[in-house]
Amino acid sequence: MFNIFNKVPNKAQISNIKIGVFLLCLVPLTRLIILGYQENLSANPIEFIERSTGFWALFILLATLTLTPIRLITGRAWQIQLRRMLGLFMFFYACLHITTYLWLDFAFDWLDITKDIAKHPRILVGFAAFLLAIPLAITSNNAMMKRLGSRWKQLHQLVYVIAILAVVHFWLLVKKDIREPLLYAAILVVLLGIRIHYKQVAKANKATRVTST
Amino acid sequence: MIIQTKSDIIPSEITPKDVFDNRREFIQKAGFGLIAGSAALLCNPLKAATISTGATEGAGRLIGRANAPAIVKAPTLGARQKISNYTKTSYGAGEKLNSYEDITTYNNYYEFGTDKNEPAINSKLFKPHPWTVSIEGEVKKNKTISIEDIYKLAPLEERIYRMRCVEGWSMVIPWIGLPLAQIIKWAEPTANAKYVEFISLADKQQMPGQNIQVLDWPYTEGLRMDEAMNPLTIMAVGLYGEQLPNQNGAPMRLVTPWKYGFKGAKAIVKIRFTEKMPISSWMKAGPNEYGFYANVNPNVEHPRWTQSSERRIGGGLFAGRIKTQMFNGYTEQVGQMYAGLDLRKFF
Repeated sequence: MFNIFNKVPNKAQISNIKIGVFLLCLVPLTRLIILGYQENLSANPIEFIERSTGFWALFILLATLTLTPIRLITGRAWQIQLRRMLGLFMFFYACLHITTYLWLDFAFDWLDITKDIAKHPRILVGFAAFLLAIPLAITSNNAMMKRLGSRWKQLHQLVYVIAILAVVHFWLLVKKDIREPLLYAAILVVLLGIRIHYKQVAKANKATRVTST
Repeated sequence: MIIQTKSDIIPSEITPKDVFDNRREFIQKAGFGLIAGSAALLCNPLKAATISTGATEGAGRLIGRANAPAIVKAPTLGARQKISNYTKTSYGAGEKLNSYEDITTYNNYYEFGTDKNEPAINSKLFKPHPWTVSIEGEVKKNKTISIEDIYKLAPLEERIYRMRCVEGWSMVIPWIGLPLAQIIKWAEPTANAKYVEFISLADKQQMPGQNIQVLDWPYTEGLRMDEAMNPLTIMAVGLYGEQLPNQNGAPMRLVTPWKYGFKGAKAIVKIRFTEKMPISSWMKAGPNEYGFYANVNPNVEHPRWTQSSERRIGGGLFAGRIKTQMFNGYTEQVGQMYAGLDLRKFF
């Protein structure tokens, strides 16, 4: 079993995996459309769509952030090739999420929306996360990667800020039962913790190498 | 990753817990249904959400409903029961009612789970009969009363009220109940009674949500004496002409339509008269967010949700929001009680 995991897929296999992940990422949207068609989106369909798209944006974001820890732990790197697609799907669901909020929930009533943002930290934090994700989506193509060079990596480290904001955004929504946001916060802490741990290990190794020469 | 979102599951996707817990019985009943024929559903064409009819309904489905002779008697536990004697009132004239389905599947009732679809599922085993309510505190003498006797304290009335939740949504519900004032009159509070406290049932066996300390159980709420005596305040025992469904607070819940929905304590077992202002469960949970008064007020913002507008449930995807009214539109009936009170401070 572990062997399969260790095997590095070839080009054709990777493209199949990509198609598979692409289709998987469309499942939440398909589900919403089917449920909507069946009028099965609960008594409050707008809230349902908001929560569902928000959840999947967060889920895919956390999935994106697991790719590097897998590389750090197993040494395998092919899965990094899924990162851009996952990141863009996160942005896709975030767009659906915010469109639902602006359009279905608030009917583009900008006065009310502004008040809502100003008065409720939850909305403010969510908005901030979304705004920060826009430049990442724009610069996700190869041409932009090339143009930005080393600054591209710096820019895309914003994803950590976005993830923290997204978890806080969800946490602030919950009235009292914090188990669910707590779970996502814990996952995020682990995912970021692994990175920090390996970074420190690498630093220590470098230091010992320097002193030994 | 194996994260599952609870909130994202629609009720119809979940096997009701009781059906799951009683799955062996379910299978037996299904088998029995094949032999005897299960026509519980024929006798009970309304979507009766009873424990056993849940199972027999399955059996009915398995064998096809049409040709089953009526042998299995539908148990009454939890079945929908009509209330025969109640008078209509003019409250809520012209309001468009929310559907029975919306009212009974979208509930904030943390004793049965924190997701709004959970109470309808997790409350099926709840037994609202027999039920007694005890009266204590600043009263002539402590006493108890059965729910049947509460029904007889005053003529039951239908009151169509708007219900505004602090989360920013609202419904219009045809409650059936009696003025709380009638119960208070019977309770004979002393002159020291300045407040009324309502205490809901604490029973982890029947209320699975109480296994988690989301709130300080039992759920408690309170009203000032004049608020409790206000003609708008009712103790609801039914809705849509039927006894209150479990997920809506059976057998008896408080309804104060000018206050946010959480004031409406459900499954009340104790009414206590006090001299000091009682501290409600929500006040303990979030003193900055939930005050004693909790009057609907579009001018006092809540840290989480917009209070200046609301979403009326049932309007569909493109209905937009409606403006929230002061005291939920009941200023005429209740406004004078708060004259001179700083509603920003006493939210």
